[in-house]
This record gives sequence, C-alpha cells and structure tokens, in this order.
Amino acid sequence: MRRAALPPGALDATDRAMLNALQDGLPIVARPFDWLAQKLGLDTQGILARLARLREIGAITRFGPFFDAAAMGGAFCLCAMEVPAPRFEEVVTLVNAHPEVAHNYERDHRLNLWFVLATETPERVAHVAGTIEAETGLSVLRFPKEEEFFVGFRVEV
Amino acid sequence: MNGTAANGAKPSEASDRHAGAQGRIDAVDRRLIAATGPGLPLVEAPFAEVGGWLGLSEAETIARMARLARAGVIRRIGAAPNHYALGMTANGMSVWDVEDAQVHGLGTQVGALPFVTHCYRRPRALPLWPYNLFAMIHGASRDEVEEKRARIAAILGPACRGSDILYSRRILKKTGLRLTAEG
Repeated sequence: MRRAALPPGALDATDRAMLNALQDGLPIVARPFDWLAQKLGLDTQGILARLARLREIGAITRFGPFFDAAAMGGAFCLCAMEVPAPRFEEVVTLVNAHPEVAHNYERDHRLNLWFVLATETPERVAHVAGTIEAETGLSVLRFPKEEEFFVGFRVEV
Repeated sequence: MNGTAANGAKPSEASDRHAGAQGRIDAVDRRLIAATGPGLPLVEAPFAEVGGWLGLSEAETIARMARLARAGVIRRIGAAPNHYALGMTANGMSVWDVEDAQVHGLGTQVGALPFVTHCYRRPRALPLWPYNLFAMIHGASRDEVEEKRARIAAILGPACRGSDILYSRRILKKTGLRLTAEG
C-alpha cells in the first residue's frame, strides 16, 4: 500500500467528488456506476476510467463490498499491551505469529502495543489473548466494542 | 440516494440484526463473499461479471448481495480511500473518559464528524485506562489532528473527565479480512 502522499494536482475536482461519493456507497443494482455518473454529470465509461486510475495511483486501496465480520459470526477485539522496551521486538514477533492478529500498531503510550484480533468466533478471542499472555508473560488488555458510532471511513477529500 | 438507503438497512439497524444474519449465510453466499472480497470488477455491470465467475445469474447475484446488505453482512459498496496517498499522513487514536449516562448521545455526535473514523464505546480498564470513547482522527499534520481533537473536546464539554491521544509510531502488521470459501 502506498504510504506517501500523492503529488499536488494528482486529483482533480471530479476525482475528489467521486472519492467523496464513493465513501457513501453505491446501490446494489445492475448498473451501479450509472447512478454515480448521473450524480456527477459524467458518462459511465468516464467513471470507470477514473476509478481504475484512482486505484492504479493508490488513491484508493480497494473498491467493492465492505463486510462486517461480526455479522458473519466472527468477532473483532481491540487489544493493548504494555511491553517493556527491551522486549519489544521479541513480543511483536510472538504476537504477529498469530494469524488472528489482523492489525498491529506501535503507539506512543505506556500501552505501546495495540492490535486487533479477528476470530471466527467470539470465544476464540479469549483463547488467543490467553495464549499471547502465556507466551509473553504480559497482560493483554481487551477493549471489545460496546457500541459503534458508525459513519463509514469517510474522510473529506 | 446512497448505498445504505438503497440497501434498505441503516448501519445502526444492521447491528441489531447480527444475531440473525449468521444462519442466513449459505454456501453460495460464502462463495460470493470470498469472490468479491478482493473487490468488484470495474465494468458497467459488475454483478453480471461476478455472477459469471460463480455460475449465478445477474439477478440472483444482485438478490443475494442485497440480502447480505439487509442482514448487515455487507455494510456498503464503495471505495476505501488511502489516507496516506490523500495527504492524511497523521492519524491519532483519541480517547476520552466520558460520563456513562452521556456517552451514547455524545459518541453519536463525535462519530458524525467528517474527520473521525472508527468511533466506538469500549470498556475502561481501571486504573490504567479510564477512557471509554475511542475516536480515530485523520489529518494532514499533527497540528491539524490536534486542532480536530480540540473540536471533539468542545463537543464533549464537562461530560469528559480526561482524554489522551495515541499516535502510531509504526505499523507492525496489517492484513485484510480473510474468509474461507467453505462454511
């Protein structure tokens, strides 16, 4: 995934309008891009070409359906650990070795390791967290979501 | 008209349906989910093409996708912006200790801010962790993130007893949603 900002001018006003509209979502109909084309005053081929380019230059990482793993019976849980600095790399290796660890970030805090467990069942979260605790000898704090104030992944472009 | 309206399920309603959604996903749905996981083809009739991969008609593909959306399994059809490419290179996980009685209403307001993604109420872990509201803030610089954080503080007002922000130093692992085609 691209980590550097695109050069200025890489996106024109239409690209930006398209990115904003796409964050709201397309209807599930036979020709979903017609709806977007109409909204933006473009033709459908123009929309498809722009979308392909946005994906090519890395302005978007993915175009398609967004799934809710919890709705499929799986579970997500945000976890945090306080890892002593000298053990940091060793602990990261142990944590990342678990396929259930989806995202893992080092953050500026006493709780310096934050990761998401994505499991097939809710019970599995406790099992994996317990295994990591046994392997590292460190506590794994669990922060399951209790309520979601969901607005998608909207960012003003 | 937008995706959620077209699908007939608002996200808040969708979450209430999680319990029932699981049983309604059959083997064909799972193949459909696995096939579209990497993305939809950029063609005029994407569902006809996806159906072609799986031996389904366009009508059945659309009907199944729409049902998955109503069940909350599909949240929307859209694009994931690359925050870094779009210049949003600073991101901070802001965390807030908000009065329990007010966290629902205030969290809803914070979640509606255009620069906030992933806004959740989570349990505290006392005494180390007093925060129950998490809001990811994106911006072009740390200064911009801090300015946005101040806007959240203003919304929360006296209902907030303390806050912090955790900037990411390093991404140590990042994988997408994996799903096996078999049930």
